[in-house]
Amino acid sequence: MSNYYESSDLAKFGEIGKAAPELGRKFFEYYNAVFAEGALSEREKALIALAVAHAVQCPYCIDAYTRASLEKGSNLEQMTEAVHVSAAIRGGAALVHGVQMRTLAEKISM
Amino acid sequence: MSKPLALRTLVRERHPLARADTQRATIDGVPGVTPFAARVEATGRGALRRGALRVMQINVGKLCNQTCKHCHVDAGPDRREVMSWATMEACLRALDACPTITTLDITGGAPEMNPHFQALVRAARARGKHVIDRCNLTILAAPGYAGLADFFAEQRVEIVASLPSVLADRTDAQRGDGVFEKSIAAMRLLNERGYGRSSGGETGDLRLNLVYNPTGAFLPGNQASLEADYRRTLRERHGVEFDRLYTITNLPISRFLEYLERSGNLAEYMRQLHAAFNPATLDGLMCRETLSVGWDGRLFDCDFNQMLELAVEGPLPRHINDFADGAFADAAIATGQHCYGCTAGSGSSCGGALL
Repeated sequence: MSNYYESSDLAKFGEIGKAAPELGRKFFEYYNAVFAEGALSEREKALIALAVAHAVQCPYCIDAYTRASLEKGSNLEQMTEAVHVSAAIRGGAALVHGVQMRTLAEKISM
Repeated sequence: MSKPLALRTLVRERHPLARADTQRATIDGVPGVTPFAARVEATGRGALRRGALRVMQINVGKLCNQTCKHCHVDAGPDRREVMSWATMEACLRALDACPTITTLDITGGAPEMNPHFQALVRAARARGKHVIDRCNLTILAAPGYAGLADFFAEQRVEIVASLPSVLADRTDAQRGDGVFEKSIAAMRLLNERGYGRSSGGETGDLRLNLVYNPTGAFLPGNQASLEADYRRTLRERHGVEFDRLYTITNLPISRFLEYLERSGNLAEYMRQLHAAFNPATLDGLMCRETLSVGWDGRLFDCDFNQMLELAVEGPLPRHINDFADGAFADAAIATGQHCYGCTAGSGSSCGGALL
């Protein structure tokens, strides 16, 4: 394995069901249902997925949901704002733990 | 992002891809893409053949007031190829000879810039034909075209208009600066005349359908979902209405092909189309029921074949002057690698997704 990540692997996502077809079928059925038009539009769901892709730092997901967001009509401004939502939550999640740090530091300090 | 092409046609640039044979060789040369005809044969349904003719699609010329970056016609203000009235008369004679053709679909260029456009529409309507105008919207506000919206309404012409995004930046990036705002203004003019009102529960027959085509090297999203998004956004932000949204895949021809090649996206785009090949689209392909007429009267299986100069196959009439009813019955359809564009995913046609 020359690289841990290969862009061509994205197209092979479906093959993950080969060794456990029933689980694969259930997962992809659920996956497709999640992204179907519902109370949220397909475009909105793609933007959420794009933000989450950045939070979990999955290059396959970033590839897939950059394309999906464009296909479904978003522009670069909207996609960048989605990434900032991700950054704000990740950054905020680190910072809010500072309260825990402060609580402990104050408890054990004179 | 690749450097945008200056707003000039490939012909004017003397670009190698201005030539149809260079375009065909370029897309044929992409590795890893099965020849389209072989892919169709492998489905077991046999080669693509025609059914009855239902639509005559006339390309009345390459003259246009816009120079969109993806244009498969390489249309623009510098193009001088426009259909003559004599050729239009031959088209009308063919309509008379072939009663199964119920729709005249007029495209370009900006069709309205052909000096005989309105006479052609009147003549077809007088024959009881449904008339579609493939309109770029901005022509409605162009100098010399006041009254066009009234003419459309009076003649009950169906308008199919390009609007690749509900966002100004993406529309303008493809179609030129300021096109989005002008397009919205044109939609207002049409709405005021009763166009695009079917979605509000009104039963008017003045149809304004929009076309979404991707603003880059990617495929269209789901048509129904995009239509809902367009309707919501255009209504809430701009107060304009339309009837249906058609998603159309960009085919690797002319200026879109030039963009794909220049931006390094050609091979990947062709492989995307190839991977998305869907045999279920084959029965509904528009080439099965459409006769495409070029500005000079030459006959083709579709407007894309016309631009690639891929003539009708076999012993068929090659020019509208030679048209005879029944001549195209069950005829084989000329195909090429570009045909993967109409068969990808949910399929694509001048009437949007096929599935």
